[in-house]
Amino acid sequence: MRINRIAAKKLQTEPKEVDLSLIDSLIKKYKGKNGNLIPILQGIQAIYRYLPESALRKISDETGHKLSDIYGVATFYAQFRLNPVGKNIIKVCHGTACHVQDAKNITTALKEHLKIEDGQTTPDGLFTLESVACLGCCSLAPVMMIGDDTFGKLSGKSAVKVIRDIKKKENN
Amino acid sequence: MEKLKLIVGMGSCGIAAGAGKVFDKIKYLQNNEQLDIDLDQTSCVGMCYREPLVEIIDNNISYLYGGIDEEKVEELIEHHQKFHLPIKELVVKTEEFKTIDNEFTDSQVKIALRNCGYINPERIEEYIANNGYKAITKIAENSLSQEQIIQNIIDSGLRGRGGGGFLTGLKWRFANNNKNAEKYIICNADEGDPGAFMDRSVLEGDPHSVIEGMIIGAYAIGANDGVIYCRAEYPLAIKRLNIALAQAREKGFLGKNICGIKNFNLDIHVKEGAGAFVCGEETALIASVEGERGMPRKRPPFPAASGLWKKPTNINNVETFANIPWIIFNGAKEYAKYGTEKSKGTKVFALTGKINRGGLVEVPMGITIKDIIYKLGGGIQNGKKFKAVQLGGPSGGCIPAYLDDTIVDYDSVNATGAIMGSGGMVVMDESTCMVDMARFFLDFTQKESCGKCTFCRIGTKRMLEILTRITEGEGKEGDIEKLEELSYQIKDSSLCGLGQTAPNPVLTTIKYFRNEYEAHIRDKKCPAKSCTKLLTYEVISENCTGCTICAVNCPTNAIDGGKKTIHFIRQDACIKCGACLTKCNFDAIKIS
Repeated sequence: MRINRIAAKKLQTEPKEVDLSLIDSLIKKYKGKNGNLIPILQGIQAIYRYLPESALRKISDETGHKLSDIYGVATFYAQFRLNPVGKNIIKVCHGTACHVQDAKNITTALKEHLKIEDGQTTPDGLFTLESVACLGCCSLAPVMMIGDDTFGKLSGKSAVKVIRDIKKKENN
Repeated sequence: MEKLKLIVGMGSCGIAAGAGKVFDKIKYLQNNEQLDIDLDQTSCVGMCYREPLVEIIDNNISYLYGGIDEEKVEELIEHHQKFHLPIKELVVKTEEFKTIDNEFTDSQVKIALRNCGYINPERIEEYIANNGYKAITKIAENSLSQEQIIQNIIDSGLRGRGGGGFLTGLKWRFANNNKNAEKYIICNADEGDPGAFMDRSVLEGDPHSVIEGMIIGAYAIGANDGVIYCRAEYPLAIKRLNIALAQAREKGFLGKNICGIKNFNLDIHVKEGAGAFVCGEETALIASVEGERGMPRKRPPFPAASGLWKKPTNINNVETFANIPWIIFNGAKEYAKYGTEKSKGTKVFALTGKINRGGLVEVPMGITIKDIIYKLGGGIQNGKKFKAVQLGGPSGGCIPAYLDDTIVDYDSVNATGAIMGSGGMVVMDESTCMVDMARFFLDFTQKESCGKCTFCRIGTKRMLEILTRITEGEGKEGDIEKLEELSYQIKDSSLCGLGQTAPNPVLTTIKYFRNEYEAHIRDKKCPAKSCTKLLTYEVISENCTGCTICAVNCPTNAIDGGKKTIHFIRQDACIKCGACLTKCNFDAIKIS
């Protein structure tokens, strides 16, 4: 979950073309409902893949949640990101079972291959590297997840190969 | 001759291992080659180490095959269609003959997992056909009172399976005592312990058992609204829960006057958690459902008096709920037959780590750790030596190999300094460093601390710093004592379970493996040869053939030596990645 998760702090300036009309239906659905903040944020992230500042301001204006409360919740939970992410998010599992099976090695190999640090995105916007606490596939440890695909029983080498294959596909 | 039926195990781990591809392949054969077979899916049967699993029912005899890929499944179908006989060496489970995995299945008693891996979780009819929703119908038909049900659950001896170990029936009574027109029942499915996945498997494999358990709980305490708080990291579980809820509504198991019980109205919906370990704590979970930061509140008032939206609330864990319908249907006595005096019934464990048969097991309470590891788990991987087992995740502790006679029940496990927890059981061998293990868990709890209590927020950070220092060879005399002192202070001054238990992994490793701490601190050595900063890689000159493979693979070019000459590792340039060791074909690299 929160192990070296994608930085909660805002690092980059926001792309200008955030289309805020996309969240209108979301606001309509949840406005005035008790306990709506987390589902709203989850909805925003499902649309933009991160939480754009302008969207949070709009939510604050239209639902009455204080911006500070929204920021508090957005930075509390591991799921939420305040920065845009790459096309493929690589989630390397660092749960107990994976740790025992040397998950560190996987992250190191990927860091070297992609030339980014944990939590960062490659300059071409293809990959974001993230460490997570447990994907629940402990018997396949060490494991990583890219999109909906889980890759198990990895070594540093086979993890890099997975990345290479995705790159190849993207370039074609 | 009946049609061949194939059932593919499609739990998260099965899919990760390639079950989806196998399923698609069978479907392809079905459609394109006009194969006359039935195809269905089920969820995790617990044999994760054999995934992907395919069950073939041939002439009403079931054979479960393990390690099946797209090619093998084609071969299996062909063989069965031709001979109607199994390929024996691939069978992992059948009634017909003994298999290599008999020990894994024979020692288990499946109550909470009774349907997992046997029914299609997306069809309510299959749950109903296996005594599903019979418990709530039994309550309706016999007009059992709330008090009768609560007494029944108390008599069964069922204790909270999320880790607390509090008597479930008693908890229900507290919630029932509070007379309020509005009450809530919540299922805690925020399985955050890294290394535990039994709740996920139950939700994916048998969501209706949890829902029926909640319906019974709601009836017993008088709740009219239910919430399942599930980790967003479990998309498949959430999907299947929503399917199951819709089906239950359609059949009238949710809604108004359920099963004809007058004025018993209930609906349940799923709330996705957003990723915070502390939300496993009841009051934090409630705050999260209310849309706030998941920070624990002071108790009392307990949720049974004032919980969600300040209304009486009862929270139980997934596995607890899954047990309830079975207890009501079969009777408390039947359940209490299993287990020890104070811990009744069965417990599900997620068996992982350096074990041969990693997976999900449900065993009666009172079984020894030795039996779980050697009988069910098939011993340690690669013939290495068993060192310790971690129970209860970051809140738990480790039990060393020499205490493997410890029986698994709440009190015996607590006596070792570990806790039963939710059922994560991570097995470690001689190559696991216990100081590093303690550091790993502290790193986790430190990051997951919500920050409310000073001792938990800052104390865990200071402990982590000390542990990191020790694993990097910078340990000082007095560090162990300082760790112990901090541990007791954090335990005493934290509001919730996270802080109160966070030091457990450190305390138990100090208790049982103090010599390892001392080796790190005094001799700057890691006995398990795991802490990289304390290792030196050297070439064993007698074994080195000068093949250059290590030098070629060294990422920092720290290895000197040409073809057919003995190589040499320059320590100042070595980053201790271990590439040379794994690459060497002649055992010419040693770690010291």
